[in-house]
Amino acid sequence: MSADVELDHVTIRFGDFTAVNDANLRIEEGEFFSFLGPSGCGKTTILRAVSGFLDPSEGEVRIGGKNMWGIGPNKRPTALIFQNLALFPLMSVADNIAFGLEVRGVSKFERRKRADELLSLIALSDQGEKLVTALSGGQRQRVAIARALAVEPEVLLLDEPLSALDLKLRQHMRTELRAIQQRVGITFIYITHDQGEALTMSDRVAVMSAGVVQQIDNGTTIYNDPATAFVASFVGENNPFSGKVTKADNGFAVIDSKFGPLRGRNNQGLKEGDDAILFIRPEALVLANGKAQSENVVEAAVVNEEFEGQFVKIYLKGEGPKDIGLSVINDASTELPEEGQTTRIVFDPDRAVVLPVGEMADE
Amino acid sequence: MTSKTVMRIMVGFYILLFFGYLFGPLLLMGASAFNTSTFPQVAPWEGFTVKWFGALLANSAMVEGFWNSIWIGLGVICLAVPISLAAALMMTQVYEHVRPFYYTIVVSPVLIPGVILGLSTVVFWDKIGAMVEADFDTSWFYDGMFLTIVGQSTFISAYCMLIFLARLQRFDRNLEEAALDLGATNVQVFWKILIPFLRPAIFSAAVLAFLTSFENYNTTVFTIGSDSTLTTVLSGQIRLGTKPDVSALAVIIVAITLVGATVHEVIRRREMAREEAAREAARRAEMAIDMKLAATPAAAS
Amino acid sequence: MSDFIGIFLAVLLAILIAPHVQKHAGAILSGVTRINFVQRNGVLISTYLIVAVLTWTVVMIVLPQLYMMDYSFRHNLLPNDIGGPKDVHTLEHYRYLLFGRPGDVELMNWLHLKVFGRTILVSVLITLVDFALCYPIAYYMAQVAKGGKARLLVLCLILPFWVNEILRAFAFRILFGTGGVINVLLVGMGFVDEPIDFLKADVGLYAGLSYAYILLMIFPIYNAVESLDHNQVEAARDLGSPWWRIHYRVVMPHAKPGIASGCTMVFMLCAGALAAPQILGGPSSLWFTQIIYQWFNTGGNWPRGAAYAFVLLIICIVFVMAVMRVFNVRFGEIAK
Repeated sequence: MSADVELDHVTIRFGDFTAVNDANLRIEEGEFFSFLGPSGCGKTTILRAVSGFLDPSEGEVRIGGKNMWGIGPNKRPTALIFQNLALFPLMSVADNIAFGLEVRGVSKFERRKRADELLSLIALSDQGEKLVTALSGGQRQRVAIARALAVEPEVLLLDEPLSALDLKLRQHMRTELRAIQQRVGITFIYITHDQGEALTMSDRVAVMSAGVVQQIDNGTTIYNDPATAFVASFVGENNPFSGKVTKADNGFAVIDSKFGPLRGRNNQGLKEGDDAILFIRPEALVLANGKAQSENVVEAAVVNEEFEGQFVKIYLKGEGPKDIGLSVINDASTELPEEGQTTRIVFDPDRAVVLPVGEMADE
Repeated sequence: MTSKTVMRIMVGFYILLFFGYLFGPLLLMGASAFNTSTFPQVAPWEGFTVKWFGALLANSAMVEGFWNSIWIGLGVICLAVPISLAAALMMTQVYEHVRPFYYTIVVSPVLIPGVILGLSTVVFWDKIGAMVEADFDTSWFYDGMFLTIVGQSTFISAYCMLIFLARLQRFDRNLEEAALDLGATNVQVFWKILIPFLRPAIFSAAVLAFLTSFENYNTTVFTIGSDSTLTTVLSGQIRLGTKPDVSALAVIIVAITLVGATVHEVIRRREMAREEAAREAARRAEMAIDMKLAATPAAAS
Repeated sequence: MSDFIGIFLAVLLAILIAPHVQKHAGAILSGVTRINFVQRNGVLISTYLIVAVLTWTVVMIVLPQLYMMDYSFRHNLLPNDIGGPKDVHTLEHYRYLLFGRPGDVELMNWLHLKVFGRTILVSVLITLVDFALCYPIAYYMAQVAKGGKARLLVLCLILPFWVNEILRAFAFRILFGTGGVINVLLVGMGFVDEPIDFLKADVGLYAGLSYAYILLMIFPIYNAVESLDHNQVEAARDLGSPWWRIHYRVVMPHAKPGIASGCTMVFMLCAGALAAPQILGGPSSLWFTQIIYQWFNTGGNWPRGAAYAFVLLIICIVFVMAVMRVFNVRFGEIAK
């Protein structure tokens, strides 16, 4: 069984510090939903409010339509997978998995049976008697999942469970987690600061910063149509150009940047005179190479070039301390500018977004 | 070469001297238990005997004190271990800014001289007894055994608490939360997660509590009243002039200590070997996974 | 009587209420929601924790000390007079410690003051001697000796100290008595004609006291020195520092909390020792704790014993504060 989760204007404060500010969203039944944000953005606090380790200062957390206020973690239909997994080190693998059943008073025979089923689900059938300390990192990961699934939760909460693994295993576990989710069909709420994890696994992602939910969308939209300056600068690489809006019509806006007028899509309803930032991805920038261009031309000195095989990364002197980066496909026919030389780059206004000035992610 | 060698010889000599100082008096005392002389001495050596061990058993005051000490030790375990466990758990939960104050209070018995703890315990309970108009002969408030258990537990609890705190430092609070999240009640978390984790510390605390109680004198001599413990009997008999049966007792205690320490060391080594084996198994499992991933690059991407 | 109950209630209330006031004030002011103590532990466990901790802190630690303090300011009365009109506060016992009985020939109570001064002075000296003896050993065990050897040394150190304090003192009696080993050796080798009465000269007592608490000096220092990265010592040596400067500038500053802890423990235990002075002390010399015991036991004056005990307690507190100031360490680092 699966359940939806609603955060109805949830605010959570610790003393003077507001960890979560008016989070308002609905996670559908059976959805793989991620909270993405830098550390300290409030994503773990939301997870703890859903799992029942704390209650919101304002607003309601509803699971399956039921208000959860005052209901402890042991009474909620959720199961949490901890960042450090929190497997019980003094118990065998099978005892770990069956712990949730044991405390519910399920008979030993039933427990044994259920543990065996789950052990085969995670492909550790012959390892039930081992101590968890004798397992590898990836195996422990799977035991933690099995332990959470054993209590048949309606919602599974995952708090950066892959962060302790090395890169190769992490990528492997992403595929495996997604597969498990599709098999059991329950709601997954996944917390991460790793955008790769969030974008590849999730149906939808909520990007958070400083306690505020910035945008909720699927991965493609988050990447192509960021709603705020924070999302644009946090997810993937992006080049910002700031300036005042000089013209706004037909869904496009023009800003007067240090490099001259630049045009991009205006989805956020900016009006003439507003302070704005135009974002353009490195892969959307192209070298002009002498061809005449009518708009969106940036002329700047080349600071640095990095050869990366498939493509070449070129950095130009930007408006501020940060360089403008562009990726050029390495197809041998492209003529690359020399370092120190001034060159001209252009971009398609359809691939640029103009957003209101706001907090930026520091990298 | 020379200065280094000289240094090494000097260091070795010093260590030898130091351990001579530690063990010499005890060895002499041990030896005096086997000398036939009626005064505990090693020189002159009058002949070998084991009769003082028999004399020890016939020393009824000593035997009675011994049993009292055993009962008091058990009483202290029953009082100090639960108290110190609660105090240690409270330390992890008490408000950050209250913690230094709390810590000062609970650790102060370690630094308060034993005679003061004993004296204050007696006058305090004497007052409580007077307040409730308890009967002097039957009431607990004037009972030497009860007062001794309470008085000793005052500071022994602090020792035990330090043991629990050391162990709790390595406790992962997430384990409690994980158990709660899986549906355990608070009481279940306590019994199934916390207590098993603390079991070695509980054992150590109980042993420490018993041994400390058994050999305590300063507090006991005030609280014991008209009863006696092994230490108060010993002290009295030594002051009044001694026979080598006291040495015989020392030999027995040293022997028990030696055996106990050896057993403790063996258990510890076995435990370390077991932990090492588990780590080794984890390492192997890790390697096996790595190899499997390397063999199937498709899974990794 | 009435102020005794007052103290009791005040302490109890303060301890019971303080966390609540803080929690509720905090919660109301900021709207914080946090799992509180009872929610976190459940009713059963919370009750156990609170009852156990209150019993210990209030009934076993704080109240007896406070009551002893109050008691030391009262006359030594017959049971019938307690609570009666004669039961008032007095400085009688403290005055006695300083000036003796009113109308005595001597202006001051030199006998007790001398004992007091000697107890403190000797305890300080023994602390210094023990530190000098232990530091090299602790350093050797922690930084020089390796693995199994270090563990064996630690075990050898612990062993003698599981032997009863009284038996340890007794061992020194055998060593230093007029018929003891040392005298037999001295006479046998012709150094002296007659056995020396070491016990009367208090040599036995001083040796026994410095022996008795030496472990409490070694272990804190050992633990502190052990946590020092040996590379630091090597680096200092590599930079050309002589050995004494390495200790003075690198090892000792690192081991400071351990040294402070060891010195505090040894001083406290020495000043508060009772068994060793009773067994090893000469007939004419006394230790301050022995006077307390006498007032309590044969002297039959409990309030005066309490007053003397309170003075000892104050000295100990002063000493701890002084050590904290001199070594610039926190209380938590000393009492570990």
